[in-house]
Amino acid sequence: MGGHVMDNLSLPSRLAVLATLAVFALLAFMTLESRGNWGFVLPFRGIKALALITFATSVALSTMVFQTLTANRILTPSIMGFDALYILIQTSLVFTIGGVGYASIDPVMKFTVESVFMTAAALALFGMVLRGVHDIGRMVLTGLILGVLFRSITSLINRLIDPSEFSVIQQANFASFNAVNVELTWITFVLTAACFVWLMSIHKRLDIMALGRDAAKGLGVDYERETKKLLAVIALLVSSSTALIGPVYFYGLLIAALSHKLIGTWRHQYLLPASCIIGAGLLIASQTLFERVLSLQTSVAVVIEAIGGITFLLLLFTRKTR
Amino acid sequence: MIEVRNLAVAFDGTKILRNMTLSLPKGKLTGIVGPNGAGKSTLLTAMGRLTPIHSGEILFDGFPIGDIATASLAKRLSIFRQSTPITPRLSVRDLISFGRYPHTQGRPTGADLLIIEQAIARLDLSEFADRYLDTLSGGQRQRALLGMVLAQTGDVVLLDEPLNNLDITHARTVMRVAREEIEMGRTVAIVLHDLSIAANHCDHVIALKDGQLHSSGKPEYVLTNEGLSDLYNTKVDVAEIEGRRVILTV
Ligand SMILES: Nc1ncnc2c1ncn2[C@@H]1O[C@H](COP(=O)(O)OP(=O)(O)O)[C@@H](O)[C@H]1O
Ligand SMILES: [Mg+2]
Repeated sequence: MGGHVMDNLSLPSRLAVLATLAVFALLAFMTLESRGNWGFVLPFRGIKALALITFATSVALSTMVFQTLTANRILTPSIMGFDALYILIQTSLVFTIGGVGYASIDPVMKFTVESVFMTAAALALFGMVLRGVHDIGRMVLTGLILGVLFRSITSLINRLIDPSEFSVIQQANFASFNAVNVELTWITFVLTAACFVWLMSIHKRLDIMALGRDAAKGLGVDYERETKKLLAVIALLVSSSTALIGPVYFYGLLIAALSHKLIGTWRHQYLLPASCIIGAGLLIASQTLFERVLSLQTSVAVVIEAIGGITFLLLLFTRKTR
Repeated sequence: MIEVRNLAVAFDGTKILRNMTLSLPKGKLTGIVGPNGAGKSTLLTAMGRLTPIHSGEILFDGFPIGDIATASLAKRLSIFRQSTPITPRLSVRDLISFGRYPHTQGRPTGADLLIIEQAIARLDLSEFADRYLDTLSGGQRQRALLGMVLAQTGDVVLLDEPLNNLDITHARTVMRVAREEIEMGRTVAIVLHDLSIAANHCDHVIALKDGQLHSSGKPEYVLTNEGLSDLYNTKVDVAEIEGRRVILTV
């Protein structure tokens, strides 16, 4: 952490600077290229902005909490295969009840069922995996293998599915920042906001869990029980972001790396809000740049993922994994 | 205060501790000595409930330690571990304030802040209080971790090799702090490799060898030529210089 513009600012001021920048990005997103059609543009863009903020917040929170649980800076739920698991669950659901049946379920109902399955599966699978967490190399490998495994089962099921039903899933398999479902946006927003409030209310406990299992137990934290709760929250957040926009593999890592760089301290009281502001601000700024300024609709996900991927490699090779 | 009865601890089927029966006398400073791998850290972590027990029991004020809720045990027992793998990016004061967490759940009162500042001062950390731990030397960081354990104000304080990495001045500081804890009515157990320090500072000594209790009692009874030579399988001499007992290992 070398010399930096933010180094001289107090932590609350850093948050304020980041929030101001994010608000500017949001204003630009809402107003640029509107051609005076305010009555149409504002509600339309408003719900899209809400979806982007919700998505970025879920990715940010799930990544920060996951990194706290695993005491490292390089693993994220996406890298460990959480997103792939959610898509597998989604696909299995289409397979079980058929594409027509799936398409006719109320999106809120669909999301509820999927996130319940997701939480159960994440607790069963990752509760076990996390015990080996002190070995970063093994964890990255495990995540890679789980991801490949989930994706191959998904594509196997895809092949078994009637081609006409296949298009239902196709949409769900890629991150898309363009078409957002209004109902789903609201429900994931409420869920993500609730997770944020809860996590902020236990910020001290998260600080202590970041010290590792033994230190946390020594300070009276029931580490195993708290880990389960946090894994469930991570599963819910990943369900939210994946259902709303789709899977992203490296965005969380990019957010986490930037938050650590700009905030410095590990205190969750500052780290959690910073990660949400940075994640949402960056996403909205990129979306504004690509959609409004450059008129490139589809590149946002690709560019953000590429930068995130490079961050992953940099962290891996500079060994800043803790 | 803490009583260990017939304790066995096993890893992967191998018994690391066997037939261990001992106690930490209440209100006394107990030194724990013995060769590397004797099981000192395992004994301490078992007492702190960080290592599961295979058989036997550990009683805290007469209650099996496993029956006490994690949160209430943390108010009464603090443990300093030999190795802490994680260097968090926190200031020294942040870390030390975590010691109050069992009592405050993150909402410290004025009294808690006072305890935190006292812990900082007692370990000579005032000039580093606002520095991040990852910018400190190993010894300074270790004192910060000790500060956290002090701030926890347990009735029983378990310290695993707290003097490693410390220069002689700070080693003295830590031993003085341990004595202050005793004067406040606490019970302290401290794993030591420096036998002269054990001989001169401790009220009681427990010697472990090969996962078993080798000997225990007053320092002058345990730390003798014959006892130590047998404990370490090497010739050790005990001399007296200006009224202080010095263990010669050269
Ligand atoms: N997690 C573990 N798994 C297997 N063996 C262990 C583990 N921890 C310690 N041991 C073994 O237990 C013995 C006692 O270790 P320890 O209590 O750390 O000794 P000491 O602190 O006296 O040097 C050693 O032989 C060590 O190899
Ligand atoms: Mg040891």
